[in-house]
Amino acid sequence: MGGDSKYLGYFYVAPYVAGLLLFTAFPFAASFYLSFTDYDLLSSPRWTGLDNYTKLFTRDRTFDRSLQVTLLYVFLTVPIKLAFALLIAVILNYRLKAINFFRTAYYVPSILGGSIAIAVLWRYIFAEAGLVNMIIGVVGIEPINWFGDPDNALITITLLRCWQFGSAMVIFLAALQSVDKSLYEAASIDGANQWHLFRYITLPLITPVIFFNLIMQTVQAFQEFNGPYIITEGGPLKSTYLLPLYIYDKAFKSFDMGYASAIAWVLFAIIMVLTLVAFWSSKKWVYYAGDKRS
Amino acid sequence: MEIKLRRRSRLSSAIRYAVLLIFGLIMLYPLIWLIGASFKTNAEIFSSPSFWPDNPTLSGYIQGWQTSTPYTFGRFFWNTFLIITPKVIGTAISCTLVAYGFARFEFPGKRILFATVIATLLLPNVVTRIPQYLLFRDIGWLDSFLPLWVPSAVAGDAFFVFMLIQFLRAIPRDMEEAARVDGANTLQTLVYIVVPMLMPAIISVCLFQFMWTMNDFLGPLIYISSVDKYPVSLALKLSIDTTEAFDWNQILAMSVLALAPSLAVFFLAQKYFIEGISTGGVKG
Repeated sequence: MGGDSKYLGYFYVAPYVAGLLLFTAFPFAASFYLSFTDYDLLSSPRWTGLDNYTKLFTRDRTFDRSLQVTLLYVFLTVPIKLAFALLIAVILNYRLKAINFFRTAYYVPSILGGSIAIAVLWRYIFAEAGLVNMIIGVVGIEPINWFGDPDNALITITLLRCWQFGSAMVIFLAALQSVDKSLYEAASIDGANQWHLFRYITLPLITPVIFFNLIMQTVQAFQEFNGPYIITEGGPLKSTYLLPLYIYDKAFKSFDMGYASAIAWVLFAIIMVLTLVAFWSSKKWVYYAGDKRS
Repeated sequence: MEIKLRRRSRLSSAIRYAVLLIFGLIMLYPLIWLIGASFKTNAEIFSSPSFWPDNPTLSGYIQGWQTSTPYTFGRFFWNTFLIITPKVIGTAISCTLVAYGFARFEFPGKRILFATVIATLLLPNVVTRIPQYLLFRDIGWLDSFLPLWVPSAVAGDAFFVFMLIQFLRAIPRDMEEAARVDGANTLQTLVYIVVPMLMPAIISVCLFQFMWTMNDFLGPLIYISSVDKYPVSLALKLSIDTTEAFDWNQILAMSVLALAPSLAVFFLAQKYFIEGISTGGVKG
């Protein structure tokens, strides 16, 4: 675009820059500032230094509990979900005739994703006399108290999100389909079996996508709100009281904006640290083929 | 040897189909069951694992539609539509402009600006939510649809900007350059050359935004306080809270209706969803 001013691009990205400043950068900085204040919406924010953080880490039992169940939830949900997604994608990749049909069938739950209707459905099928207990009853297992027992409630949310492995699966499948078939043929001639092919060719080639899914799903899981809010309402005994619920209650029920911001920043710090660790470790396990696109 | 091999591969593919089918059935059964249960009477709702209603009834739909509020569900569907339409249009226009700017122009600071797109992609909303709320409160937009519309109208969803940039990178520039030689300016080139070629991706963006907005709950929960402005998601939550002994068949019937638009859109346009999500993840 020879004759154009070198500033012409700004005209097109202007909306993004406006949005970035107004709705991302400014709120980002503001929430950091607010986390050092006491702010109840009635009077202006009062600077309290590190008080919020000190209270969080030393005198807030609810926070301890909430952090614990959040970490448990994320470390349970993300690996199971990704393992499912990869397994199904690998099976689908065997040039099956009905690949499109299955891909669609498995993707449907993900599309309905975070909708309240699905959360309502979950609440119903895990109810005391609900579908799940009826089905395990047929096999002869005693009905399980899903929502009354603090040991079980979180599992229902994990199951809900693992049921929605579709988008990760679609991404895996696209990556698997772009693997060069001639590599397999060459290796097969050298006597490699199915497992070798998967372990030494497929897996290394799709590590970038595993990495992408891992990051995306982790960031998402840390922000889970709809599931516990509707299905278990954070209970029993706060066993599903994930940090986003705690932040919501502090901010929009007790109007304790400063404290809520501090919790949000702790959550953000955890996500950041894990993301950085993932990026840093990716040098060791993520294999990037030469970039074919210029 | 030859025959043995062939038989083995036929067997293993049969096993694969069986696994996929059984698993697919398990996956879809909750949805099938939900649809069946919405036609059951309340007495029957917890009685059998079969999805087939013994005495099918529409009472769940008829009573559920009325709600415990002065409004019917029709009002809540209309509100959802009022939220979605401007949001989708604003997203499509702003994200296309921005992606074009990033993919086809060089300007000072472009690299840094693009890095912020990626950073925003990974930034948890939880950090910015409270000040955003305070901002909209100070402008006086609480209890209106504006907080739900405006961020999307300025390319606020980094995922879509990123997705469109990825698509644009894969489109050769010859046509655009030819248009420029013929004297078209960059905006004309965008409208007449790029947008038609990018249409499948733009449709993907619109569909995803449609779904996400259908499913959005926290946004309306924070910003919308009057029942007459409630979208379907809030109305469903309200119906759980207000029915004492849970009129399950009414709630489930309304859940089916709440999912119906998303399901219809998905089945009509699944290819756009698959392509969109694949491009976001693979070509990155």
